[in-house]
Amino acid sequence: MTRRAVGELYDTAFNAAVLDRRLASIWSTPPGLWGALSTVDHKIIGRRYITTAFVFLALGGLLSLLMRLQLAQPEARFIGPDRYNQIFTMHGTNMMFLFAVPVMQAMAIYLVPLMVGTRNIAFPRLNAFSYWIYLAGGLLLWVAFVLDTGPDIGWFAYVPLSGPQYAAGKRADIWAQMITFTEVSALAVAVEIVVTVFKQRAPGMSLDRIPLFVWSMLVTSFLVILAMPAIMVASTALILDRLVGTHFFNPAEGGDVLLWQHLFWFFGHPEVYIVFLPAVGMVSTIVATFTRRPVFGYLGMVMALIATAVLSFGLWVHHMFVAGLPRLGESFFTASSMAIAVPAGVQIFCWLATMWAGRPIFKTPFLFVIGFVVIFVIGGLTGVMVASVPFDTQVHDTYFVVAHFHYVLVGGAVFPLLGAIYYWFPKLTGRMMSEPLGRWVFGLIFAGFNLTFFPMHILGLRGMPRRIYTYQPEMPWSGLNIFISLSAIILAIGFLLFFIDAIRSAKSGPVASGNPWGATTLEWATSSPPPPYNFARLPVVGSLKPLTDHPGALPVASGLRVDRRELLVSSVVQALPEAREPSSEDSIWPLWAALATTATLIWSIFTPWAVVWGSIPIAVALIGWFWPKGVPEDES
Amino acid sequence: MKDGVVLDLTELPPNGLGPASLSWWGTLAFMLIEGTGFALSIVVYLYLMSLAPRWPLSSAPPDLLAGTTLTAFLVVSLVPNIFLARWARDKNLLKVRIGLIVMSLLGIVPLILRAFEFPAMHIMWDQNAYGSIVWVMLGLHTTHILTDLVETLVLTCLMFSRHGDNPRRFGDVSDNAMYWNFVVATWLPMYACLYWVPRL
Repeated sequence: MTRRAVGELYDTAFNAAVLDRRLASIWSTPPGLWGALSTVDHKIIGRRYITTAFVFLALGGLLSLLMRLQLAQPEARFIGPDRYNQIFTMHGTNMMFLFAVPVMQAMAIYLVPLMVGTRNIAFPRLNAFSYWIYLAGGLLLWVAFVLDTGPDIGWFAYVPLSGPQYAAGKRADIWAQMITFTEVSALAVAVEIVVTVFKQRAPGMSLDRIPLFVWSMLVTSFLVILAMPAIMVASTALILDRLVGTHFFNPAEGGDVLLWQHLFWFFGHPEVYIVFLPAVGMVSTIVATFTRRPVFGYLGMVMALIATAVLSFGLWVHHMFVAGLPRLGESFFTASSMAIAVPAGVQIFCWLATMWAGRPIFKTPFLFVIGFVVIFVIGGLTGVMVASVPFDTQVHDTYFVVAHFHYVLVGGAVFPLLGAIYYWFPKLTGRMMSEPLGRWVFGLIFAGFNLTFFPMHILGLRGMPRRIYTYQPEMPWSGLNIFISLSAIILAIGFLLFFIDAIRSAKSGPVASGNPWGATTLEWATSSPPPPYNFARLPVVGSLKPLTDHPGALPVASGLRVDRRELLVSSVVQALPEAREPSSEDSIWPLWAALATTATLIWSIFTPWAVVWGSIPIAVALIGWFWPKGVPEDES
Repeated sequence: MKDGVVLDLTELPPNGLGPASLSWWGTLAFMLIEGTGFALSIVVYLYLMSLAPRWPLSSAPPDLLAGTTLTAFLVVSLVPNIFLARWARDKNLLKVRIGLIVMSLLGIVPLILRAFEFPAMHIMWDQNAYGSIVWVMLGLHTTHILTDLVETLVLTCLMFSRHGDNPRRFGDVSDNAMYWNFVVATWLPMYACLYWVPRL
């Protein structure tokens, strides 16, 4: 039995209107700059993350248009070779590290706490810190690019090209340190999501009642936790080779250049699934809602997610088939690369079965799902092709590979993401995006994408290498290149329309009803956008579709305090209530900690002593962050 | 949508300890991240070794004295650490204060011993790849001893302050003790790798 101290206030004492007012006064972010800088609300930070990631998407898209302008005709003089190297490196780095991974995690930051029925993400201050670190890493990369110090070593920065011998100056260090920024922020978010899903689920949401999007983010977070240390080790070793003369990648002193490739791809291949698995979760959510039935084969879907994650650690060598590895090893990785098509196939068939058995409603989010299935299947088929060593040897480093991974990444992640934005936009803003415009956006992007990237398969088979800034008129590539560049304009117009629709709808779109798509998951059990405390009373879950169990009524739990930020901790498997846990109040210290970390990391590009001196302000900021402030949240 | 109350949470404890607390799981997740980092450093060591004609490259295997003393010391430090965790669970403020002072001192000693370990390797980081990985592994682990020491010192101050006598703070102490177990546990394979693999 718990003794109630004098002065503690519980929600049991209040009616709905008073309760809302009480909770709002405890959970709201104060207005003004200081409030914005010190907020720990997962919805505000999630929105920031999503917006920032889409700004990076737009910037990365502009870079690709520059490349298409340059390649539209042979011997073009629009961009020189040095700038071109920076541009394709920036495009890949930006899209992978500043857009694809962060935007998926950002969606989870916003949605996972709502979908599991809790009031804030676990470790809200770490969440604030992760955003500032991500922003700083992005700014570092782009400011360097504007100052003509952008990395020019490809998005995977192979040594020896990126090593001290061939990459003088600081361009490679900017790349390596940007890795540190983005990985620190990604790892932090992964920890938050794992703990949120394990310990903050609404009472009754046992493992078999977790929405598939939440499952996908849980598995993705474990992938982040297990894969990203490899790139941290690699980029740290690279910085050390360049700064203090270690020899990790120097064959003359016992180092090895292939070590870089192993470490990079041990991270890099799971990275593909870090981007793809959240998209799988989005697709499952959208398919369930727009076919009016639960996804076929829930258990199979979850098992497929886990199987994909496990297998993704056994494929990395297929990126290194032309590096001269032993044949037996190559055969193993061919087999494993083909094996991962099995869980991917299971998921595709489950979605098709769901659509077959359901009553599909062809709204914009669902259109993007159909686009995803078509494009991702094509990308998957070319993936099985390049898993074969002889074929890969032929097309390695050609535009065939460029076509393949754009089909997989854009088809597999960006299409579901755009569908997800249309789907959850009313949740984020309280307003609907335009349905007619959405159909145009889908049509333009779908057509533009295929017209742009399908011909690249043929260009690759005709021998056009990647990463060349120009080509001679004698080569049989000019016709397709001008066609691709013109098609890219269609694709760009599609994205432009999407941005216009999103910005316009956020301001003046039609006001959304409470559950505009008739969905069954918990994020729709509260208003749109949700109040700062998400749920006035935490929902109690009895099935996989908590919103349809009791039409018109929602079973809830009461008994949380309203004089401090409090949420419920529940058990991992059954989600039985275990404790009432305080949730952090706002704090400016995560921002100070992020600034101190940023200064240290950038300074350490120039001298190793930065780590020694920089650790002092970081330690001060962390102590300020964790030291109790005597507020009710510190009590027990 | 109308709410119907079906569950009352008032009688739940106002915060969880151990596996019922968020910070316990957070510590575990960070241990998984860092453990992966440690494991990868051993993989890099073995990878470089597999390529080398001789191992260690152009130097003798490290002297055993400093590293073995430190290893024995770390293992012994687990005893007071386990007691500290138990006292934190019992919320015994006096014993926790004493335990934290002991663990702070026990966090300083390995740093002193570590200072003798680097020269015992007979190689600098910039001589060859063997030197590079040896220094990085030692450095990586030293950072963990150092961060845990700072955390223990801050917790010691905290437990002597007015904020100390609080179940949440006892939870912090117990999580910190768990982290020290991790720092010791990760060192054992590193020790075997650094000191005994070159002697195989």
